[in-house]
Amino acid sequence: METFEPVIVAFCCHYCAYTAADMAGSMRLHYPPNVKIIRVPCSGKVDAIHIMKALEKGADGVIVAGCLEGDCHFKNGNIRAAHRVDSVRKILGDIGMGGDRVEMFTMSAGMGERFALVATEFTEKICKLGANPVKSGTDMGMHQAAC
Amino acid sequence: MITAERKPMEEIIGSVSPYRRILLVGCNECVTVCAAGGRKEVGLLASALKMHFAKEGNPVEIEEVTLERQCDPEYVEELLPRMDQADAVLSMACGCGAQEVARRYKEKPVFPAVNTRFMGASERQGVWAERCAGCGNCVLGITAGVCPIARCSKQLLNGPCGGSTSGKCEVDPDIDCAWQLIWDRLKALGMQERYEDNIPAKDWRTGRGGGPRRIVREDLAS
Repeated sequence: METFEPVIVAFCCHYCAYTAADMAGSMRLHYPPNVKIIRVPCSGKVDAIHIMKALEKGADGVIVAGCLEGDCHFKNGNIRAAHRVDSVRKILGDIGMGGDRVEMFTMSAGMGERFALVATEFTEKICKLGANPVKSGTDMGMHQAAC
Repeated sequence: MITAERKPMEEIIGSVSPYRRILLVGCNECVTVCAAGGRKEVGLLASALKMHFAKEGNPVEIEEVTLERQCDPEYVEELLPRMDQADAVLSMACGCGAQEVARRYKEKPVFPAVNTRFMGASERQGVWAERCAGCGNCVLGITAGVCPIARCSKQLLNGPCGGSTSGKCEVDPDIDCAWQLIWDRLKALGMQERYEDNIPAKDWRTGRGGGPRRIVREDLAS
């Protein structure tokens, strides 16, 4: 069985989650290199279409990471992002993909350890889910549990 | 605006599943404002459908177009160069737009991707409520700017009925009693005496009672 290396896109807000990822690096914490970070000014900037396009183009999972509730630099961008993530999860459920490939996380800028933990656990979850079925057509189970 | 909501994904998938080349057409007017069928929603639906059919091993080509107005022949004409490449059209406009596309391109099957709901206004971000029933004979001038036809569950012209409790309608506690709103506003305007005026029975022929309606403006019609 060929090894499955999931591609995970992480939309991280500039003020908290991205800084937390930076902190994880400064702390020399290890987290899977599968997580590709896209820095956004606020998690509220992430639209449903960004998440959908990431999956359509082959990402196996998408993380949206913003500030802790009540701490958003733009007041409520993280709340808006959470609502959008919910709506995308519903659409993915409706089209038979399952909503579990997309998840919202919150963390403060100092939570480097939490970022590393989230990245590790989410990667493990996607490994269990297997490759994005959009890439493999009907052969959905091809890569399961290989990583 | 005319409000609409996207149809359940299962229904949309069912309607377009026999086709491989789909022209997905949005509208820049009302359905954009109520976030049901504008450019953004067209993009989302196209992405969802592409993923669904790719997952099934049966990929589809979806071309996305959002017209300025789908209920006007001039704009619908813009679809002509794309029609040859389409097996079917999926419209995200209101029923008026979908019908205009179907009327112009008779050889193409046209499917609605939204359910057209009502003429309404935004109450707040993400919430729309019915405000006008298009009765064809506006009474807002004598009802303090609150429409009893669209907003009273019984369309009472002389209300409220006995089902009005604490300003709410007996049909649903989330519905404001239109006649309570009318009274409150008449009071605020110092026009309570108007409430005593009996509004006579309405001539419904100006509404749907007279069958499908048309407006002909002789000064504009060619």
